[in-house]
Amino acid sequence: MKNTRISLFLVLPAIIISFAFFLLPIVQLFKVSVVEGNGISYWNILTQPMYLKSLLSTVGLSTFVTFVSLVIATITGLFLTRYEFWGKQVLIAMLSFPLAFPGVVIGFFVIMLAGRQGLFAQIGLALVGERWMFAYSMAGLFLGYLYFSIPRVVLTVMGAAEKLDQNLIEAGRSLGASRWQIFCDVTVPTLRPGLISSGSICFATSMGAFGTAFTLATNINVLPMTIYTEFTLNANFAMAAALSLILGLVTWVCLGIAKRQGAASVGMGG
Amino acid sequence: MKKDKYFYMQLLFTLAVCSFLIVPVVMSAVAGVTNNYFVGIKSGFTLRWVEQVWMLYSDTIWLTMKIALATTMINVIVGVPCAYVMASSKSRWVSVFDELLTLPIAIPGMAISLGIISVYGGFSDFRSSWFFILIGHVIFTLPFMVKSVLAVLQSFNFKVLEEGAASLGASFWRRFFDVIIPNCKAGIVAGMLMTLTLSIGEFNLTWMLHTPLTKTLPVGLADSYASMRFEVSSAYTLIFLCLILPLLVLAQMLNNKKVQNN
Repeated sequence: MKNTRISLFLVLPAIIISFAFFLLPIVQLFKVSVVEGNGISYWNILTQPMYLKSLLSTVGLSTFVTFVSLVIATITGLFLTRYEFWGKQVLIAMLSFPLAFPGVVIGFFVIMLAGRQGLFAQIGLALVGERWMFAYSMAGLFLGYLYFSIPRVVLTVMGAAEKLDQNLIEAGRSLGASRWQIFCDVTVPTLRPGLISSGSICFATSMGAFGTAFTLATNINVLPMTIYTEFTLNANFAMAAALSLILGLVTWVCLGIAKRQGAASVGMGG
Repeated sequence: MKKDKYFYMQLLFTLAVCSFLIVPVVMSAVAGVTNNYFVGIKSGFTLRWVEQVWMLYSDTIWLTMKIALATTMINVIVGVPCAYVMASSKSRWVSVFDELLTLPIAIPGMAISLGIISVYGGFSDFRSSWFFILIGHVIFTLPFMVKSVLAVLQSFNFKVLEEGAASLGASFWRRFFDVIIPNCKAGIVAGMLMTLTLSIGEFNLTWMLHTPLTKTLPVGLADSYASMRFEVSSAYTLIFLCLILPLLVLAQMLNNKKVQNN
């Protein structure tokens, strides 16, 4: 049929690009991770404390960042959908612009806040006479991850909060439910899909955040930095491949969960 | 709703969150034009850091723009027809391909770039040219382009328009260029803006794919954060912000227009 041939012709460039520059590289990466290291790389990840620690600390950090972002975003998102006030659009714009900042720049912003000459250092100097510096520690990394997570989550929560049924809230109130009860029994169930999807996106992004870690984590072993070190300094391609495939698998599963909850595709930044 | 004490508590909290996001941006913009940041703004304003950045890093800025424009062009040429086929075909392969196409969004740039290096790293001419970065950017941004056009195509019944044009004797290509493309203009423009923004700011893939002779703006930024004085890094960041902020504002405006039309 002529139509099928034209369709194939139209979609062919996309297929070629996808296969040649994505599928083939990932398959090759898998081959390298298994063949070059005789499959020992995967075993090493589980048995050598260095890799396992890096994996666990990345998971821990990402979980914590996700949790805090969800709490912050729920408060802010509900507030911004519930009330109308002057300047609201400006606040929303402020909350959504950082979506496009690359991880390296966010790392620099953390230095701006918590570096030697940062805001916290100045405040600390003025208050207690010592500089508060934590940009290059786990706390700095946490701040950076929070920075790129908040916009993602807030926007999703706002979308979900628009579906809140005001009648249910009113009904709850007239029946004597407290604010907290209404929040737990009406608000949270409505927001749940949005929270799950944006939470998993946030977790996946934090797991794979290379840019922020590259600027800040000079002494911290988070997974993307471990992969980078294995590849450049130790020239251990098999290990780098194995670790990045595991990382890819984790983020893929997370975004799969997000998609099932109806999330629009959100890019991996950080 | 009534503005009680909860309103003001939440307002305060939201303002704190916003300032967490905005204060560092403003600080780095100010630092980029301050004579001596360690002394403070009282040392006066200057453009010499911006000039210094321009002298040291202007090639990264040009390369970034070149790659961003090339990526956008490829995405339009490859992505629009692809989205059209995906919207009109009923083949079960479409959903398989859809999954494959969007996978690069889900997999960290780290893994993709290592894969690309392991397959093509041996071709040294290719490896050292800017095309090596270009393919990474295309792989990463193409799904956004396709999704953006696909969303528009799925929002109206383009088959009816096509059949109408066909009954008037329009050939396939005539229909494609005169009916389909004009009707997905909004999606194409949104996808182009998205591609430009993502490509200009892309670091995770680019850091692995670049060579000393093919440095892009974010790569240069990372470089300056590690080795340059505070004011230079800030001025460089300022230039970067000036490049992407117009794109963001434009995207926001388009989005608002779309909401109004609905």
